[in-house]
Amino acid sequence: MARVTLLQAIHDALLEEMERDPRVFVLGEDVGREGGVFRATEGLIRRFGPDRVIDTPLNEGGIVGMAIGMALNGMRPVVEIEFADFIFPAFDQIVSELAKFRYRSAGQFTAPVVVRAPSGGGVKGGHYHSQSPEAHFIHTAGLTVVMPSTPADAKGLLTSAMRSPDPVIFFEPKALYRTAKGEVPEGEHLVPIGVGRIARPGEDLTLVAWGAMVPVAEAAAERASAEGVRVEVVDPRTLWPLDVGMIEASVNRTGRAVVLHEAPRTCGFGAEVAALIQERCFPRLKGPVGRVTGFDTPFPYALEKSYLPDPERVLRAIRAAMKS
Amino acid sequence: MTDPVVISAIRTDGSVDPASDPGLTGPELLLLYEKMVLLRSLDEKGVALQRSGRIGFYIPSAGQEACPVGAGYALQEGDWIFPSYRDHGMALMRGSSLATLVAQLYGNSADATRGRQMPNHWCDRSISLVSVSSPVATQLPQAVGASYAAMLRGEPVAAIVSFGDGGTSTGEFHAGMNFAGVFRTPTVFFCENNRYAISVPVSRQTASTSLAVKAEAYGFPGIRVDGNDVLAVHKVVRDAMARARGGGGPALIEALTYRVGPHSTSDDPTLYRTEEEVAEWRKKDPILRFASFLKIRGVLNDALEAEATAVAREAVRQTVAAVEAAPPVPPESLFEDVYEEIPWNLAEQRAAFLSGRS
Repeated sequence: MARVTLLQAIHDALLEEMERDPRVFVLGEDVGREGGVFRATEGLIRRFGPDRVIDTPLNEGGIVGMAIGMALNGMRPVVEIEFADFIFPAFDQIVSELAKFRYRSAGQFTAPVVVRAPSGGGVKGGHYHSQSPEAHFIHTAGLTVVMPSTPADAKGLLTSAMRSPDPVIFFEPKALYRTAKGEVPEGEHLVPIGVGRIARPGEDLTLVAWGAMVPVAEAAAERASAEGVRVEVVDPRTLWPLDVGMIEASVNRTGRAVVLHEAPRTCGFGAEVAALIQERCFPRLKGPVGRVTGFDTPFPYALEKSYLPDPERVLRAIRAAMKS
Repeated sequence: MTDPVVISAIRTDGSVDPASDPGLTGPELLLLYEKMVLLRSLDEKGVALQRSGRIGFYIPSAGQEACPVGAGYALQEGDWIFPSYRDHGMALMRGSSLATLVAQLYGNSADATRGRQMPNHWCDRSISLVSVSSPVATQLPQAVGASYAAMLRGEPVAAIVSFGDGGTSTGEFHAGMNFAGVFRTPTVFFCENNRYAISVPVSRQTASTSLAVKAEAYGFPGIRVDGNDVLAVHKVVRDAMARARGGGGPALIEALTYRVGPHSTSDDPTLYRTEEEVAEWRKKDPILRFASFLKIRGVLNDALEAEATAVAREAVRQTVAAVEAAPPVPPESLFEDVYEEIPWNLAEQRAAFLSGRS
């Protein structure tokens, strides 16, 4: 075990899988000599050469389209989108092409591409370097959507994503790239897709959070414990297919639930999680499912701290839920 | 910049321009003719089936047959095809069965793609013909990726990607052409300029004097060919594919042709073009033109011509009858092939649907 950052864990997963499997490629803007704008691919071009670590022209639709073609022809491409905010030029290739090849060809063609995209705020990036667009992709049939919050999960889930038979949109919480440090198994480490994690056990309330909101949830849970409320923090890790069984079991024990995410509230993934909880746990629920989210505004620059949920806002939602 | 000259091969006197003569044998010439006739017969039947309500939609390629047939005959085992929805002729040339194509129109249990898409969205893995989608030109960067993978593995194959004049206006055209130029992939961009993107004429797609000239900006050759001349089309595609397979990089081919029918069975071309214009192009019909050529050469005569048409129509008729008899796709297949394994949400939805609870 080594103690590494989430960014280092991403890098190690890429490096080790490229060594193991010659079909794995990395492509995107600045992934080669620059090593990526966040340095996730640092040094890979020296190890594997420019044919496998491909600095592409600046065109996200072209990058994902090229990756699809490579995957159709037997490769395992990993795309880096510099910021999740820049994924939208590739939206058609992801939604109408990547996600649909298996279905529209009845399994004759599949495109196992991993699209990595640093997402979320907290880095003073304004609207175009801060968004959390996971709901768009969860809504799209045919995609697997992952967002780890710990270095070990980042390595284990990215490795699983690179071996998945289905396309994976892999969101990386950029606010945690260098702040999240943790023990990561050396060598091959796999975390199964579709299995959540109890980040903190508790008996009184279930708090579901992912990505950079997990440490916020843990901080709020810590403060709640000082008020005598034992909060269970569930980190789904894979957003879709969601580990609904883990959430259901937790809420059936606690009887209370709050969902927390950075993305805007309306039609955010929290709405789906809340709906699933009320469908499955209604007899055990002691009150409505709470939501703590970003606001239904564009992501602000100056008022970023006001926009992002913080432990105080989460604590208020926990207190409100405990009153019911 | 100057527009490339338009290459043609077939001359009205029955001779072939030596510079663009593909040098095909008599049986090969006859094969091309028969496949164009078969394609025309399939299209006539497709439109008739839609008009009589037996299939939901159809996209004919009438008037353009020389493009997919000439190009398709230039492809080899291992080459990739990223077609548009009007390129079923390429599938026929590479050995897709008529039954495969007709079954896709019906989308019933005979269809290898299980009725997942509307008619003319072909797919045949056995000939590396990649599943067609409706959004225009999305297949261009994909073709670059597939050919890049083949190039890195050192395989002597290339990809052909076809699209229409409207496709050249898309961002994906730029992305695909640009990536191919930068990575020098074995990719042949085959643009069938049939003059209209549904109703919008090519003059509204570009102010450029040709489409082929655009290749110059991407650093590789642009070629213009008479798209109603099956021999010329075959020759330029064969040369471009051979050059690509040999490491010479990509090429753009603009085939000048004309869609004499509607864009699809939902289109009314009288809204945007004159009968006179269509009549002029009917005189340049690629099948009639090739037939006259073959007759002068002694490869075809009136009896053989009539027989080819009769054989093609009968083959289509028999295939339609067989495919039409197949049962519909089973309802539970709705939930399959979304992922490799069915996730919990689809399993729940399937169970509810099949039990009548949803």
